[in-house]
Amino acid sequence: MLDSILFYFFGGIAVIGAALMVTSRNAIHSAVFLITTLLATAGIFLQLGAEFLFIAQIILYVGGIMVLFIFVIMLVRLDVALHHIRFRMKNLVVTIVIAVLGAEAGAIIYYARKLPGQGLFIQNVAPASNLTPNSEKLAQSLFTNYLLPFEIASVLLLVAMVGAVVMAKNKKRSEDS
Amino acid sequence: MNPTLHAILVFLQTWWVELTCGVVIVAVVPLVAGYVVLVERKLMADMQARLGPMRVGPHGLLQPIADAVKLLIKEDIIPDEADKFIFWLAPVISMVAALTSMGAIAFGPSFQVARDINIGILFVLGVSSLGFLGIILGGWASNSHYSILGALRSTAQLVSYETAGGLAIISGLLLSGTLSISGIVAAQEKHHVWFIFLAPVAAFIYLAASIAETNRAPFDLPEAESELVAGYMTEYSGFRWALYFLGEYANMIVVGSVATTLFLGGWLRPFPNVHWLNWLDFLPALIIALIGVYSIYRAGKQPVKIQTGFMWAVALACFAVAFVFAAPWLIQLLHKFGLAGSLSLDFVIPGLNGAFWFLLKVSAYIYVFMWLRFTLPRYRFDQLMHLGWYILIPLAIVNVFAVGVAMLLEANGLNRWLAMILTLIVVLASAIFLVRWHDRRTESASTASLAPDSYAG
Repeated sequence: MLDSILFYFFGGIAVIGAALMVTSRNAIHSAVFLITTLLATAGIFLQLGAEFLFIAQIILYVGGIMVLFIFVIMLVRLDVALHHIRFRMKNLVVTIVIAVLGAEAGAIIYYARKLPGQGLFIQNVAPASNLTPNSEKLAQSLFTNYLLPFEIASVLLLVAMVGAVVMAKNKKRSEDS
Repeated sequence: MNPTLHAILVFLQTWWVELTCGVVIVAVVPLVAGYVVLVERKLMADMQARLGPMRVGPHGLLQPIADAVKLLIKEDIIPDEADKFIFWLAPVISMVAALTSMGAIAFGPSFQVARDINIGILFVLGVSSLGFLGIILGGWASNSHYSILGALRSTAQLVSYETAGGLAIISGLLLSGTLSISGIVAAQEKHHVWFIFLAPVAAFIYLAASIAETNRAPFDLPEAESELVAGYMTEYSGFRWALYFLGEYANMIVVGSVATTLFLGGWLRPFPNVHWLNWLDFLPALIIALIGVYSIYRAGKQPVKIQTGFMWAVALACFAVAFVFAAPWLIQLLHKFGLAGSLSLDFVIPGLNGAFWFLLKVSAYIYVFMWLRFTLPRYRFDQLMHLGWYILIPLAIVNVFAVGVAMLLEANGLNRWLAMILTLIVVLASAIFLVRWHDRRTESASTASLAPDSYAG
């Protein structure tokens, strides 16, 4: 019962935040609402007992990526940029997207009764506190079973980082000369 | 019974300790922050050979309350051109982040809001780093050049120093082998040593990084009065400004607590495994009782009657607290004479003693902050960035490797202290190399850029 209340609380905040993010005129307001949505999603992770995912979501998305978003929005004059945007298919695309999403939501609500939790309120599910500490589990599986993908991903990130540094350096050098 | 009501009751029944701790944090931390400010002003006055605040209460002891009242009844000003919503939101984010991150900190073996979550230290770091969303949004929403420059500086500084601080924390975590707060303290008890002695360089890097993260002198560039008025807080006044201020001081307590947990042994007393030092357990009660005695001694010398009464009240409060701290031995004494029956306070007392040591260490850490603030002049912004990127971050990376190598050597049978000293020598050598390399770089760069400049003028 408590689980479903928390889930719907965070889920509701996430959905409202997403809606406000799309509808607000000001780009910084959009960024703030996106942060709200991300934090609410992190709350859902925590409610599911995935502590490490929860904190990774907060540190990476809210603390890292969103700060860069806000930086870019602050430094770029979006009201000027907006005049250059021509997007004619807007209404058609929006209609299609809304139709598909609505159909999905309807199907989910219709079939939810047949799910193991019996309806929209989760019941008779093992409590999340029975899970083992998942940061250790995650580290173990990353460094044993999935070592190669992990290493490839980290090399990719390293290359991206070095690439960014090299690009920034090159620009500076050409400005100097 | 109504199922919703039932659920609420079950919720309260399971979580009442945590909820109470949360309420206490929200209620007490502002007061503590106020008194930290008073201590800071008193220390500054002492170091500059003045008296500091003396008017409100004996020795200015009621000054924080007067300040808070003044801030509360000040007119609330929002600039016309400001973005109202964000302007309102930003200080709240700053303070909520700082107070929330306190939830995972264990102030003693049994004082913690979040039950021992296994990502404790990550939670503290991650949530407290959200505070700078408040800074950057506040700087933007004020619609003022000073504010936005302060916010940009602040963010750049936080991002760079968070990297160094995070790497320093990784060195500590390597030694503890766990992310949970009580696990880290337990590891220090098991190793019979505080981690500051095993990883001194990491502790130093964390000290520097935490000063930069809390925007304090000598790294208080975001608020440099001589250049930016008050940085991101320029347009804020009254209670909103107080929220920012509160968030900043709460953040100081948070970084102090992280450093205490990770490097200074948390709530352990000095030398927790040395038995002939067990008398140190009496120290909290003794120190507080001595403060009480001193207050009585000073009470006779107060010029005004009210102040004499105040000092007596302080003395009585000290004795009451000392009595609580001394309770375990008093109860043992009573048991010896067969007076206490089955009275037992075993579940509270270790927590209280631990909280004393923890708070003592955090206070010492904050004292170092203040000491550095009044001693060192402010850095220039490029100096700050160079220190962060060219010296602290490479040094922190080297230190992570060094700690790993030391642990490997120890696992292969080498004496721990020998392994530690060997790797420490390597780290210090690389530190000297980094500093000299950086000096040479900046020297050549400055001579190169000076040449055309002298013609300009």
